[in-house]
Amino acid sequence: MSRISQTFSELKQNGRKALVAYIVNGDPTREATLPAMHKMVEQGVDIIELGVPFSDPMAEGPVIQKGHERALEHHVSLTDTMAVVAEFRKTNQSTPVLLMGYANPVERMGYSVFADKAEAAGVDGLLTVDLPLEELTDLKRELDSRDIDNIFLLAPTTRVERARDIAANASGFLYYVSLKGVTGAGHLDVDSVKQKLTEFGALTELPMCVGFGIKDATSAKSVAVLADGVVIGSVLVDAMGKAQGQTPDQIAEAVGAIISDIRQALDSL
Amino acid sequence: MNDSTKSAVDYSAFPDDRGHFGQFGGRFVSETLIYALDELQEIYSSLKDNDEFQAEFDKDLAHYVGRPSPLYHAERWSRELGGAQIYLKREDLNHTGAHKVNNTIGQALLAKMTGKSRVIAETGAGQHGVATATVAARLGLKCQVYMGAEDVRRQALNVYRMKLLGAEVIPVTSGSKTLKDAMNEALRDWSTNVDDTFYIIGTVAGPHPYPKLVRDFQAVIGREARAQCLDMTGKLPDALVACVGGGSNAIGLFHPFLNDDTVAMYGVEAGGDGVETGRHAAPLNDGVPGVLHGNRTYLMEDENGQIIETHSVSAGLDYPGVGPEHAWLKDLGRVKYVPINDQEALAAFRKTTRTEGIMPALESSHALAYVEKLAPTMSPEQIIIVNLSGRGDKDILTVADIDGITV
Ligand SMILES: Cc1ncc(COP(=O)(O)O)c(C=O)c1O
Repeated sequence: MSRISQTFSELKQNGRKALVAYIVNGDPTREATLPAMHKMVEQGVDIIELGVPFSDPMAEGPVIQKGHERALEHHVSLTDTMAVVAEFRKTNQSTPVLLMGYANPVERMGYSVFADKAEAAGVDGLLTVDLPLEELTDLKRELDSRDIDNIFLLAPTTRVERARDIAANASGFLYYVSLKGVTGAGHLDVDSVKQKLTEFGALTELPMCVGFGIKDATSAKSVAVLADGVVIGSVLVDAMGKAQGQTPDQIAEAVGAIISDIRQALDSL
Repeated sequence: MNDSTKSAVDYSAFPDDRGHFGQFGGRFVSETLIYALDELQEIYSSLKDNDEFQAEFDKDLAHYVGRPSPLYHAERWSRELGGAQIYLKREDLNHTGAHKVNNTIGQALLAKMTGKSRVIAETGAGQHGVATATVAARLGLKCQVYMGAEDVRRQALNVYRMKLLGAEVIPVTSGSKTLKDAMNEALRDWSTNVDDTFYIIGTVAGPHPYPKLVRDFQAVIGREARAQCLDMTGKLPDALVACVGGGSNAIGLFHPFLNDDTVAMYGVEAGGDGVETGRHAAPLNDGVPGVLHGNRTYLMEDENGQIIETHSVSAGLDYPGVGPEHAWLKDLGRVKYVPINDQEALAAFRKTTRTEGIMPALESSHALAYVEKLAPTMSPEQIIIVNLSGRGDKDILTVADIDGITV
């Protein structure tokens, strides 16, 4: 069983919701990422989603775009990102780490080279925003043969027949994008999330996490009751940006405080 | 035409139904947009061969745009170069001054059919933005145009034109603040407002079905040129030349000739300071296949797959990617892609203005500069058609600036 599946099955046994946290590797500095990852786990994150910086992050709102730009100022690459995962694995073998990013850095590296390196580094999953099911065949073959989960997005606009195809190809968990728009947007509508999750949930046994637009304990709670977990990103990236200039430990503290808040809210459900 | 000129590949059969031209093209977008692209594809397929839709498109092209655009024999220039006869396809005479409007007329008709009340566009030089604002004004659609903050500064005249037409120009300050970032922002807007918004893409790039439908709308250029050339000279041209930014004016001219093996084709990319300097916008000459803005194509990127900044004196060619059909035609060897640098393009701008009394856009000047090299290698019985994709009025301030003159 993959580390991601293992995590969800343990959470389920304990009646807990998954807290998935996104930060961008190398934001605001190369040194900030690893301590922040450990701190997030310490404060209750179950799965880390590590953003791979890209020059053209077309699904991100302004906050996460800035995170990518900060990381690119010191030329943080996909190779560097896998190196950080390998470092993290030296002291943590249980928390799943998935890479979230865009197709081109992976294309540039080559699918099979990427998959080899990801496996060696201890990467558990990949979420490529601009590789929808139709375009994923070749990369998915490489990931499947190495037991790396491919994490798919489902959107409010995804038709049911399509969602069924996606679910049939997915492993690990499914990621429901809670709103039409980019990361960090402010128009989360809990009723529509509920309706879609009911519809899509009937298609699959896989855990379902909800992300985009969750910014605090209250919104996390309101969505978590409907799903197996929540994904938070923009609030963390915003905090990391604001902590620019501070030491890696101080940055980690800032992020840890947000996590601890949301963790408590989820555990109070 | 006899069978011996027929090509082995049937170019008209591409893209396939998922938008692929060989390994290029496709649909590399986030899940939210898949529905909108499916919807667009369905509507387009149902209208493509619909007589009423085509009739409305043709009517607008005739009475609003002023088509057919002339095919003009540049006799003086041809004589001076002493080689092939040069014919200019006068897209500069279209309403709004460039080929861009052929496409915005077509997409605006689609927007009308989908019942969407708002259109958005990305623009670099502002030509596509102006062409979009124009059709939006005419149809009473709300129009917002994304433009890199850097380009807003460089193309102040077109920014004001768009405002006069009732469009809102939104400066984009992310990334390199140019066309590629404007396109990112337009895609973000579209995924947020997908219910009521139609995204009018300005070139043969983006996710399927855009490269196909923009090509189909622009192919009127080549259909006319083919008929005009046969009519005027009794034969097909020997060579076609067009500049390539995203590639819409080029594919528009080339496409109706692709199956004619005897017609050589040259796509001219922006060589900027020179391809060897790395400061250019010529992905087909100095790029690698990758994924950006919804399709797989040749891109300018660094060793980590990050898209890099481009350089060209012409804002309309200043883009790190290129339409996927061109990437495919390059690999097949059907079209030859060549670079022309800033200096050569500026010289051609001046030359055409003085020799023929026609002031070309700096984009089109790249194609004209290549003709200066190509024509002398051919014989006077041979024919070159070059796409004069737009007029140069918009570039007067840029040229004056280079000359050190304040207008
Ligand atoms: C006059 C003119 N020609 C060419 C182009 C380049 O676009 P494309 O390669 O799509 O024809 C532009 C773009 O702004 C333009 O304004």
